Amino acid sequence: MTADATLASLSAGLRERRYSSVELTQAALARIARTQPELNTLITVTGEAALASAAAADQQLAAGTAGPLTGVPMIHKDIFCTTGVLTTCGSRMLSNFVSPYDAHIVTRLKEAGMVMLGKANMDEFAMGSSNETSYFGPVRNPWDTTRVPGGSSGGSAAAVAARLAPLATASDTGGSIRQPAALCGVTGIKPTYGRVSRYGMIAFASSLDQAGVITVSAEDAALTLQAMAGFDPRDSTSVDVPVPDYAAELQQPLAGLRIGVLREFFGEGLQPAIEGPVREALATWQRLGATVTEVSLPSLPLSVATYYVVAPAEASSNLARFDGVRFGHRCDKPRDLLDLYKRSRAEGFGAEVKRRIITGTYVLSAGYFDAYYLKAQRVRALITADFKRAFAEVDVLVGPTTPTPAFGLGDKTSDPITMYLNDIYTIGANMAGLPAMSIPCGLADGLPVGVQLIGPHFSEGRLLAAAHAFQRETDWHLRTPAGVSADFAAGETR
Amino acid sequence: MSLTPKQIESIAHLARLELDVADVPRYAESISSILRLVSELEGVNTGDVAPMAHPLEGQVQRLRADVVTSGNLRETLQGNAPQTEAGLYLVPKVIE
Repeated sequence: MTADATLASLSAGLRERRYSSVELTQAALARIARTQPELNTLITVTGEAALASAAAADQQLAAGTAGPLTGVPMIHKDIFCTTGVLTTCGSRMLSNFVSPYDAHIVTRLKEAGMVMLGKANMDEFAMGSSNETSYFGPVRNPWDTTRVPGGSSGGSAAAVAARLAPLATASDTGGSIRQPAALCGVTGIKPTYGRVSRYGMIAFASSLDQAGVITVSAEDAALTLQAMAGFDPRDSTSVDVPVPDYAAELQQPLAGLRIGVLREFFGEGLQPAIEGPVREALATWQRLGATVTEVSLPSLPLSVATYYVVAPAEASSNLARFDGVRFGHRCDKPRDLLDLYKRSRAEGFGAEVKRRIITGTYVLSAGYFDAYYLKAQRVRALITADFKRAFAEVDVLVGPTTPTPAFGLGDKTSDPITMYLNDIYTIGANMAGLPAMSIPCGLADGLPVGVQLIGPHFSEGRLLAAAHAFQRETDWHLRTPAGVSADFAAGETR
Repeated sequence: MSLTPKQIESIAHLARLELDVADVPRYAESISSILRLVSELEGVNTGDVAPMAHPLEGQVQRLRADVVTSGNLRETLQGNAPQTEAGLYLVPKVIE
């Protein structure tokens, strides 16, 4: 194994003085400068500020006051507000928005001594599964630059895959952490709804949104989640439940773990090139002492239809705040107030965002609310009850993260439904507010394949432990695209 | 279920979105296909199942006292406004 391929090893390297945070940061900035024209992973690079925080981190390291994350470079998805730094959410609407405050997790990771390199590209307002709806242009998949990285956290996943940084924050409303993590061959965790504060995370669908992280390994995810999770009174959905010691939970023995294989995830539409590696991952867990049984959740296939009522409805409400008056884009020479609203929003939002606002406005409008929104929330209760029944029998549910590997740029932009079906396996966990992960488990014609783990509420430690056990047996998470060095501490190597 | 271009225009108005006339048929078509996808829910027997109100069982939104918690940030916040004057947000004349 390469010496410095993970956040955990970089953390050790910094303490052992094998390199300084400034050196790591300079190397990361050089990689960003070299890859940005092709991959377009970042919307904003904060090089000077990064070097300043790296210098401060080096002082803490020298003084012996450093924590496990001190001095490690990282990237924030551009959905998280960062004081004094452009925060666009991938939209023209916010292309001039300089945040006056930090999101909760930005504060937490800053306090932990991490060095922010910049802000990751993303689908506009997190609406998309390919990063092609970004106002700032698509991100390209480092494994094959003719293909998409997935979305909406496409910039975050591609940045970790290209080893620009060992971690990037992300958010997940219907799969936006797990799907790009799978398509880019990296590890992603969407925690339980309410586990990580959303204060300062620009809202999309409030009953589904959750902040999380994309990393190289499950161990790195555990280290980061430790710093991000916990109660925050500023987010009314943040839960006041103690945060366990995730590093300790990683060591949980796998023997006796009851894995349920999601029957509904292995049907029509799943490519054999994905199914093979996922079945092999199950065999690996079984070898390690887990029991594997098939489980059926009959209402789960209704998740996509339910999502396309609930998510657009909540989005249409959340995005009503963008009015061209207090912040964000304003049209030129408005004739009157109505014209100001309508043209500012027409110019500020892209086609996919408009489509979802119109859909959401329709399903919430008088006479349709019961048939659409209330009906969807009833079906959502059925899906949640299915999960609850399953978790009486098993500890973790496992299946593929996506039906196919990364697809080509432009392949699915003409028909929104084919794009939406990319999230067919990920949406369920959001419906029920469950924690879920995707970890790399193989390659399909040279493209990464992800296996998904879903657990009961607040079972992050168990998911991380199962993923960690798998990653001790295999090296899929350490594989990198051609020409990308797995060593974060290396200088220019391409 | 499908929506006509005329319906799309009226919903867009409710959402305060100006749509390019040329784009309206495309929105009508794609949103109709979303509604067809969603129509799968119609046939689901939800009986007397209560609509889900929160992803975590037994959780409700926390409330807080309606009091000022941060100081006066008007200048900082108006730094992002397209147009202000004397501490006020400027919009086109509303009352003749």
